[in-house]
Amino acid sequence: MNDISKTLNKRKTNRQKIKLIHEEGSFVKAQNMDVPKGLYEKCPSCQRTINMKKNIENDYICKHCGNHFRMRAIDRIKYIVDNDTFIEKGIGFITLNPLFQDGYEEKIAKYKLATNLNEAYIYGYGEIHGQPCVIGVMDSYFLMGSMGSVVGEKVAKTFEYGVYKKLPVIIFTASGGARMQEGIFSLMQMAKTSAAVAKHSKMGLLYISVLTHPTTGGVTASFASLGDIILAEPNALIGFAGPRVIEQTINEKLPEGFQKSEFLLEKGFIDQVVHRKDLKDMLTKILSIHRRSFI
Amino acid sequence: MNILEKERKLNELLSQVDKLGKGDSVLNLKKEIEAYKLNEMTKLTAWDRVLLARHSSRPRALEYINYLSPDFIELHGDRLFRDDKSIVGGIGTIDGIPFTIIAQQKGNTIEENIERNFAMPHPEGYRKALRLMKQAEKFKRPIITMIDTPGAYPGIGAEERGQGQAIAMNLLEMSNLTVPVIAIVIGEGGSGGALALGLANKVLMLENSIYSILSPEGYATILWKDSSKAIKAAEVMKLTSYDLKEFEIIDGIIKEPLGGAHFDREETFKRTKKAILDEYFKLRRLSGTELHYQRNNKVRNYGFLQRFNYENLGGLNNDKY
Repeated sequence: MNDISKTLNKRKTNRQKIKLIHEEGSFVKAQNMDVPKGLYEKCPSCQRTINMKKNIENDYICKHCGNHFRMRAIDRIKYIVDNDTFIEKGIGFITLNPLFQDGYEEKIAKYKLATNLNEAYIYGYGEIHGQPCVIGVMDSYFLMGSMGSVVGEKVAKTFEYGVYKKLPVIIFTASGGARMQEGIFSLMQMAKTSAAVAKHSKMGLLYISVLTHPTTGGVTASFASLGDIILAEPNALIGFAGPRVIEQTINEKLPEGFQKSEFLLEKGFIDQVVHRKDLKDMLTKILSIHRRSFI
Repeated sequence: MNILEKERKLNELLSQVDKLGKGDSVLNLKKEIEAYKLNEMTKLTAWDRVLLARHSSRPRALEYINYLSPDFIELHGDRLFRDDKSIVGGIGTIDGIPFTIIAQQKGNTIEENIERNFAMPHPEGYRKALRLMKQAEKFKRPIITMIDTPGAYPGIGAEERGQGQAIAMNLLEMSNLTVPVIAIVIGEGGSGGALALGLANKVLMLENSIYSILSPEGYATILWKDSSKAIKAAEVMKLTSYDLKEFEIIDGIIKEPLGGAHFDREETFKRTKKAILDEYFKLRRLSGTELHYQRNNKVRNYGFLQRFNYENLGGLNNDKY
């Protein structure tokens, strides 16, 4: 072996060593970073990583492309309702397991801990720029915001409270549809909530439905589509059947933007698409216009 | 052995009777057949009932209508877009009493089924149903709806024309009606597509029909990621008439002949007619407001839940809402 090859070999081993050390270092570094899960997330529309903590302060809107993230119910209420005016109603409901589905109770318990909510829906009295109304918000982080017996009951109670106090109702929907685990009982909630809307509507009271991403299935086919005024957030998925089900049925790829809120606006099923930042002002305007009518 | 295999065996026995003609052996065979029917065809599992509800020769809505009301006049179209053939609607008399009848119609052959879109309605079908219900209310006619659908159609056109909105509007307007509404599930009752005709004063079910949030196959796919567990799903979902009667989701069961409705159509139709008229004569005594109240009250009580009792805590929360 000549000198040149010796030195080359030496370099090789050195390089390998350096590489190893580097790998070890990165490993240790990654361990020490201690990033809590969900602090950084990729924006589904522009693919850039964003700091979720800052994003929440920005009302869950991506600062690069303006994509609206799913919003937690608590944050929605904080954002829409005036400070210190929200009073939650309809507490103390217990979700049961009517079909004795394996693991359903554990699932509910898990989501209760994770989201700090009792069910996928909360409602109560609130004021928007001083104007009283009943506000209901669905939380899509709780089992995809699916509508079971308790959610249906609370939605019905929302409208009954509106009738009782003669107040307008605003509901923010975000749901994957009826809750499969409760079977036929979930299906019947569609009838229950629609009948409750009818009762409220007959009293001549206002119901504003705000559709957010995603609103599908049984919720679309009941109270979400029955608002006197229907607003939607930009780029939200709204439809009866899910896109995957439609693709399987017709064996075709769906066109771009199908079942998005802009698409539905074009087809004439919603009144306006409103950016999240303008939503509170829009609701205030609508409420103030309707205020005169029930003096 | 599921019900279809048993039915095949029974048909073999019946064909033997035809071959043998007359004699003692035939009498014995007939006895055997009766015994077989009683022993094998009375205890049905949930999956058996699913199979019977989807049976290819199960009586369809139009057959019921032709029996109930020989002078039936079909009315077409929703006045907005087009006529949906998966929902049949019209007016007719049953024993001299005028009714509006709205039904979901499946076909018996493949061509018929394609024409009827396998009884999966588009939004225009539901809007036609709504138009006919409004018309019935105007002329104070009682309404009968017959449910037989796998679900509302999931397609591009259906979504463009607002499937969700059409179903929701039906539910809202049906809860407001002031005439008697009787709904009968005659085959499959699948999800929102079935409920859109099912918000009634009285909901009846044929014994071997099913009524569920979605098909057992879909349920197994969503919850266990395995569509082959449909048999287990059918047991879990509680979709048979007896389970639903226990849950008080439905008000009555119309018994079917042994082996299913298609074994004795005449008898099934007769029982259905009797059940409809019985319910109608009960509902006829109520006024419009009472009917409206009864229907809403019934719907309001659907659900399976519990509430923590605050009254025990000594007036911490006196608000009843």
